[in-house]
Amino acid sequence: MADSASIPNTPLLKDELDIVIPTIRNLDFLEMWRPFFQPYHLIIVQDGDPSKTIKVPEGFDYELYNRNDINRILGPKASCISFKDSACRCFGYMISKKKYIYTIDDDCFVAKDPSGKEINALEQHIKNLLCPSTPFFFNTLYDPFRDGADFVRGYPFSLREGVSTAVSHGLWLNIPDYDAPTQLVKPRERNTRYVDAVLTVPKGTLFPMCGMNLAFDRELIGPAMYFGLMGDGQPIGRYDDMWAGWCTKVICDHLGLGVKTGLPYIWHSKASNPFVNLKKEYKGIFWQEELIPFFQSAVLPKDCTTVQKCYIELSKQVREKLGKIDPYFDKLADAMVTWIEAWDELNPSGAAAEKPNGTAK
Amino acid sequence: MSLNIEDNEVDIVIAALRSDLTAFMEKWRPFFSRFHLIIIKDPDVEEDLQIPPGFDHQVFTKSDMAQILGATSINFTGHSCRYFGYLVSHKKYIISIDDDCLPARDNAGTLVDAVAQHIVNLKTPATPFFFNTLYDPFCKGADFVRGYPFSLRNGVECVLSCGLWLNIADYDAPTQVVKPNDRNVRYVDAVMTVPVRALMPVSGINFGFNRELLGPALLPGLRLAGEGKERWETMEDIWCGLCTKVVCDHLGLGVKSGLPYVWRGDGVDVRGAMDSLKREWEGVKLMEEIVPFFQSVRLPSTAVTAEDCVIEMAAMVKEQLGPLNPVFASAADAMVEWVKLWKAVGSQGA
Repeated sequence: MADSASIPNTPLLKDELDIVIPTIRNLDFLEMWRPFFQPYHLIIVQDGDPSKTIKVPEGFDYELYNRNDINRILGPKASCISFKDSACRCFGYMISKKKYIYTIDDDCFVAKDPSGKEINALEQHIKNLLCPSTPFFFNTLYDPFRDGADFVRGYPFSLREGVSTAVSHGLWLNIPDYDAPTQLVKPRERNTRYVDAVLTVPKGTLFPMCGMNLAFDRELIGPAMYFGLMGDGQPIGRYDDMWAGWCTKVICDHLGLGVKTGLPYIWHSKASNPFVNLKKEYKGIFWQEELIPFFQSAVLPKDCTTVQKCYIELSKQVREKLGKIDPYFDKLADAMVTWIEAWDELNPSGAAAEKPNGTAK
Repeated sequence: MSLNIEDNEVDIVIAALRSDLTAFMEKWRPFFSRFHLIIIKDPDVEEDLQIPPGFDHQVFTKSDMAQILGATSINFTGHSCRYFGYLVSHKKYIISIDDDCLPARDNAGTLVDAVAQHIVNLKTPATPFFFNTLYDPFCKGADFVRGYPFSLRNGVECVLSCGLWLNIADYDAPTQVVKPNDRNVRYVDAVMTVPVRALMPVSGINFGFNRELLGPALLPGLRLAGEGKERWETMEDIWCGLCTKVVCDHLGLGVKSGLPYVWRGDGVDVRGAMDSLKREWEGVKLMEEIVPFFQSVRLPSTAVTAEDCVIEMAAMVKEQLGPLNPVFASAADAMVEWVKLWKAVGSQGA
């Protein structure tokens, strides 16, 4: 793929982007990413036992937060940040001061494209975020702003400017992001198909957002990226990114922002234990049957013109409509409110840009 | 692909806009030869068609069409002649490829059997209600990802398979003029379902559909005042595709886009594209009205077949778009006329 070589320089954005990494183990994986990540500031969110020392490879500029730090910084509001689950990463989004966030799991490595070239995932995410999205009409040649592509015949010119891209959702080669039942049935399946496309997820369409290889514009959508209550003391796990993705997509659709999926790929090396996963996901598998219709039919009122307002409104609807499924959702609705309060406290003054409401359709 | 394709389930419909089909058919022979071909000769083409031997085929000319259709207000010249092929077919699946397209090669250098791929797309479910980030979950080596609701994993019937093109992409005239040397070289190895309520431009260059279920939804509706033989001088497929997608969304049927690719054309006649631009800005302007209209169409629950849907839509087109431009009023009339023809001719022996 000659893209990164032939396109005049994607800006590094090294002072505008933070890389958020949740970890309980170690950060050895960063060695492989060094050529691509070293210019950037890292925010490490240490989950699990805070007395453990996480070794960060030499030469990286980083800040690290463990549970004690989170408790200290947020006080009682720390209750909204999950413990013993990578969902704690969203603390990193909140504490960051940058415009863009890239988050990656510590078992994700540099993948190679079909020509054998190592993929600079971060560069591709930046490209995705800096180019418009096209949520109102599907372009059959995928991302029209990519080198070598364009809008196809029949694509209305009035929609060709596109909208701002809020989220860039990357994919994974090798271990695919399957749920536990699928992992149990297909333990050997590996994703070997490199699909050379980036596309905008159409308005009104939901998708499962995976947090393994994800970038977003924190200024545009940050407060919606709450990864929920998971892990210790919670009845559910492995639905953190899903939850954030559904909330984010509903809000993006409402505010006229775009969400892209596709490139870049990373190499996902570690298959988590499917039995452990099944226990974590079990309730989620049933609950998602209710959650999807909820999100698909969620309507946000016109006066929700900021992400925070949208999110608070969503939390009300969660309490009202999902509370009856399980008391967990009442807790989650509370936590959603706490999250926004904490977000606004840590990110005061005008971080929430007013977005024109109900654009286009 | 281990799906069984019954030869007698498929018709390949070719609109012959050129008289010499030899090179086209020879190149496609490995993939076409087991199927029955319906070749419609563009009524504007004067010379006899040249078709190499060894194909099970039927040719329909201007006079055949006149005999079967009788008097009709629908203009079946140019690319629209293929709709006649849909009318007279009796098969479950129709694959249609423009006569300036040849088999493409995939990233491994293997010739792509576009017919087989369309059939696979049509025979495996579509998943329009939730987007799968690994694209077609029924593809070998893929599946539904974490977070995909189980109740939606059965999918729905896929009734339209929209393929793509390497080399000369299907761009409109302005884009061709601005980028005459651009070639589509990116082979994207994916098929995906176009989500419900997402509309898209369906290109008539390379597609397949389920004739049994879609029936008259694939229709010759919109004909530009200055419609020509170049693809960028037509909107018939774009209009047809929008109608079809709305019908599919309403009936809970699926539409896929992506593989297969075909290899299209030799080059772009820039002067031709510029001439088209002078004449065909019309089509580009019309899209500005067309898209919001289709996005707003809501069909009644009483419309339970493709035919019902088309009749409802025709009335809406007449009422809402008709006043804006005479081509829309004509499109509405054509849609109604098409359903009549379909009932008279098309549903025989289906």
